[in-house]
Amino acid sequence: MKGKTFKISAIKEGTVIDHISADHTFKVVDILNLKGFDNVVTVGMNLESKKLGKKGLIKIGGRHLTKEEVDMIAIIAPKAKINIIKDYNVKDKFRVKIPNVIHNIIKCANTNCVTNVYKVPTKFHVLKGDPLKIRCHYCERLMDIEEVEMV
Amino acid sequence: MDFKNRDIISIRDFSKDEILHILETSKKIESKPDPELLKNKIMASLFFEPSTRTRMSFESAMRRLGGNVIGFDDPNTTSLKKGETLWDTIKMAESYSDVIVIRSPIEGASRLAAEAAKVPVINAGDGANQHPTQTLLDLYTILKEKKTLENLNVGFLGDLKYGRAVHSLAIALSHFNARMFFISPKALKMPDSYLEELEQKGIWYREEEDLFKVSRELDILYATRIQKERFPDPLEYKKYAGVYRLDRKLLDHIKPGLRILHPLPRVDEIHPELDDTKHAVYFEQAKNGIPVRQTILALVLGG
Ligand SMILES: Nc1ncnc2c1ncn2[C@@H]1O[C@H](COP(=O)(O)OP(=O)(O)O)[C@@H](O)[C@H]1O
Ligand SMILES: [Zn+2]
Repeated sequence: MKGKTFKISAIKEGTVIDHISADHTFKVVDILNLKGFDNVVTVGMNLESKKLGKKGLIKIGGRHLTKEEVDMIAIIAPKAKINIIKDYNVKDKFRVKIPNVIHNIIKCANTNCVTNVYKVPTKFHVLKGDPLKIRCHYCERLMDIEEVEMV
Repeated sequence: MDFKNRDIISIRDFSKDEILHILETSKKIESKPDPELLKNKIMASLFFEPSTRTRMSFESAMRRLGGNVIGFDDPNTTSLKKGETLWDTIKMAESYSDVIVIRSPIEGASRLAAEAAKVPVINAGDGANQHPTQTLLDLYTILKEKKTLENLNVGFLGDLKYGRAVHSLAIALSHFNARMFFISPKALKMPDSYLEELEQKGIWYREEEDLFKVSRELDILYATRIQKERFPDPLEYKKYAGVYRLDRKLLDHIKPGLRILHPLPRVDEIHPELDDTKHAVYFEQAKNGIPVRQTILALVLGG
């Protein structure tokens, strides 16, 4: 059954994001802005995985991710694997890697943080990637994945 | 160790050796202050939030080393009201001064100010976040009283949830293998994020509601104010505020060498009947703000 479903959604060119922790699959859909995207997108949730128990998977036709997008995925789904599809084949495959410092993409959860009051670009230091633990460079607030919101 | 031009924003920015260097230099400056050390230097004192003690302490520190002070302590009178950004205010102040001291109710404002300014910036408190010179003067007081910072049993009492002085001091003391006792009502307990940080550093701690259960083990008791507003239920407040009101009864439950600190101002957490005992060092502590701030000013100005 599983194999069949995926054959249907085979893509010629594009990106497959695999090994997303199941709970965060739709967060990844959100940050990649896939709702407004007009090429083929397949979202699989709660698929069986030996490593994660349950995993999410997203296939995006005709799109390659920017470094910034891959960084964002790393924050939300630190175990994710990115597969680059060319001519129906996996051309390249790599695991996402969390940067040591995250610039701009995350909002600070502290409403009294200077980044929220003055709308300055945010900056976070990554203390731990999985599970995520980051500290705001400015207000020093600690945040985990549940508090992460993209700007 | 070169502190020239360095910003003093958070106690987390300092290694153990750097902290010790500041404290040793403070000792030297206190015993032999040079009234001309910062002659011709100007400190801009930007207080975006009213403060009496910290502002006066910084100004006094600067003037006693021969320096000058400019600035404001009432944000309403400045152009900030007219929508001038923090960034622009700092750019202006840097051209008028050699060092900037900033207090703001906004967390992270001092770090941002430091990024804006070419001259060194000293954080005199950014909201609930950091107040590093307070922490350094707390450490200086402990060092003077106990002759060491290593392996002390330190009790933190009162509002451990919101008290930034407590948070920073605990982080600083984690360099010195302190054993920490967090004494508070459950509603005001030390935040989990700090407890985790201490655990990761291998620091032993214990949480306790009843002061007398642990007071006999303490070398230092760091008392803080419990604010009524923090409690949803006024009866709860009464219960705890009463328990933590220190008075002579405490003396039957302590080591002879206990020292009591408090960042001041106190309301009624410490009865004045303790003021004359050898245990009370909170006025000394306030006084220690001068040599410690003098040292920090001198170090960052390369004096
Ligand atoms: N042409 C394609 N179209 C859509 N998905 C594909 C395509 N090729 C591979 N995938 C998917 O990309 C992921 C990685 O593929 P592959 O490297 O073959 O397998 P795995 O990583 O599971 O060993 C799998 O989830 C697979 O279903
Ligand atoms: Zn922040």
